[in-house]
Amino acid sequence: MSPQLIANIVVLAAIYALVSAGYVLVYRVSHVLNLAHGELMMIGAYILVATAGLFSGNPILALLLAAVSGLVMGLVVYAVLMRWLTGEAVLAAVLVTIALGILLRGLSILIWTTQQFYPAAIFGWRNPPVHILPGVQISVASLAIVALTIIVYAALFLFLQFTAWGVRMRAAGQNPLLAEQRGIRLHAVYALAWGLSTFTASLAGMLLSLDSGVESTMATIGLKAFPAALVGGLDSLFGALVGALIVAAAEIAAIQFVNPLLSDVVPFLVLLLVLAVRPWGLFGSREQLDRV
Amino acid sequence: MKDAGSSDLALFGTPARRIRLAVALVALLLLPFVASPFLLDLANQVLLAVIGALALMLLTGFAGLISLGTAGLLGAGAYTVGVLVREAAAAFWVTLPAAALLGAILGLVFGLPSLRLRGLYLAISTLGLHFVVVYLGGEYEAREALSTGVMIDPPSIGRFSLTSDIGWYFVLLAFAALALLISVNLKRSRTGRAWRALRERDVVAEALGIDVHRFKLLAFVVSATMTSVAGALFAYYRNFVSIDAFSLYLTVQYVAMIIIGGMGSIPGALLGAAFVMLFPYAIEAAAGFLPSRFGNVVFALDYAAFGVVMILFLLLEPAGLMGIWHRIRAAFAARRATSAPKSAPGSASGSAPGSAP
Repeated sequence: MSPQLIANIVVLAAIYALVSAGYVLVYRVSHVLNLAHGELMMIGAYILVATAGLFSGNPILALLLAAVSGLVMGLVVYAVLMRWLTGEAVLAAVLVTIALGILLRGLSILIWTTQQFYPAAIFGWRNPPVHILPGVQISVASLAIVALTIIVYAALFLFLQFTAWGVRMRAAGQNPLLAEQRGIRLHAVYALAWGLSTFTASLAGMLLSLDSGVESTMATIGLKAFPAALVGGLDSLFGALVGALIVAAAEIAAIQFVNPLLSDVVPFLVLLLVLAVRPWGLFGSREQLDRV
Repeated sequence: MKDAGSSDLALFGTPARRIRLAVALVALLLLPFVASPFLLDLANQVLLAVIGALALMLLTGFAGLISLGTAGLLGAGAYTVGVLVREAAAAFWVTLPAAALLGAILGLVFGLPSLRLRGLYLAISTLGLHFVVVYLGGEYEAREALSTGVMIDPPSIGRFSLTSDIGWYFVLLAFAALALLISVNLKRSRTGRAWRALRERDVVAEALGIDVHRFKLLAFVVSATMTSVAGALFAYYRNFVSIDAFSLYLTVQYVAMIIIGGMGSIPGALLGAAFVMLFPYAIEAAAGFLPSRFGNVVFALDYAAFGVVMILFLLLEPAGLMGIWHRIRAAFAARRATSAPKSAPGSASGSAPGSAP
């Protein structure tokens, strides 16, 4: 394998990891699988297009505004929709997220059409390739994605491990009844999980749009990142990192050596393999699994 | 007087129900002669959707097994026709059984994960299989350099070929009626009761002596066979197969049919299929009143509105259209009971006529 190939794998893995962190956060805390995650990521990217149009002279402000909107988006989704499904059958919640995804897809086309937007061009930024090693080059935005993924995962780890809200989130995920008995406000915790989930998804969407623009098909990347979360174990952040690497490596290898058309299906082949052999994922907890 | 058991088993129920059925049947048989070509095409689409919706209702509504594989199975059936017609110029009496056979095999494949997984994880595994099937179709199109899909000649016997919409209407009506008969029969038989036990609690079902593995696989095989045949009919009806038609959105539409119709109810599957198939046309009609800015993005408007309707049903009326219907009927029964002076206070409990011993 050439070094360039490894660099490509790392970049794709970083994208998948950054997106799948949101799947894990929501699943770990509230046991809901959010199938609108890809669409929420896409909306995050479109919000950057909007803020970039408003503050084209001040990229930092535009980026900050878009990132904050990403956080608010999750809080709103929880408050308006998912709150009513707390305690209901998990499947109903999943179906609601599917419906939400379709709604967002329609809305995004109504607002932004199917045209492709380049927020980087609005800022006047170029995205030159960088030689990180002799013969290995990746774009600046890709480099930023890798760096951001490392930062986000480190921050999430510290947050969940050491802060009061992080502990509350883990407690709610482990046993909502006991957590509530101890005075943890479940609604606040769930809302925070959704907020953080769409926040990280928005970051991913923003950087992807800075790299290669955003159009209505971006949501597909969100769906392809889902196998990464499942391969690692739906309730394990560390697992999502490893799963992202495995899925990205399999995908790039298939594109390179077998057939570029395989790109869309390889993540799901890996997913089926893991479901057959070890359905709870590499690092997931076994008792979590709704298993026959 | 019938006991509860035999009225469960009777196919057509009471005389009143028989009359209602006969009226509906006559209306269905006369419809194509009064409908405009546009309405006829719409009716045909609904009949096609009914087959798929009944298949999914068997699996999810009766047996409680969740599948996101409908689009993949429809695509598999359609592609069986496409490939066989293209490669071997096969006639419909070869392609339709072939599609059914492939559907049965795929049902077994889609069903195997259900022996180990349930709920969410089962849904995800069928989603994975959906992408595999779609990939295989796309791969075939790419290899054969078919940028626009596969063209299919209308099915024909001798000199007669099925091209008119009226002819199609009766063919599709027959297939939908067959699917309905299979569903009704399965529901009221031993198999249906086993599925219901599985849905409520599979551990208990096993303790009752139900062969859980066998009935789970049976549900998948029956459902997938029906779906695949519907896909094959779809290919013939449109004279055309393209893998783009079998996106995840199609699966969501079928899932929406059984939710909006009413989970676990056969009339619900019919209502849901009609609702979901007619919905885009209602939106298109409504879009005529909107500013022209929305004129060229009707499909996006359709997506958004469909998402909203699905969310509303899931949040406010999980029992679907059938739930609304039952509530209306109960309200009428209660009104009749209170207005009739002779009736006892207990008779307003909304029990359906004929169901009480």
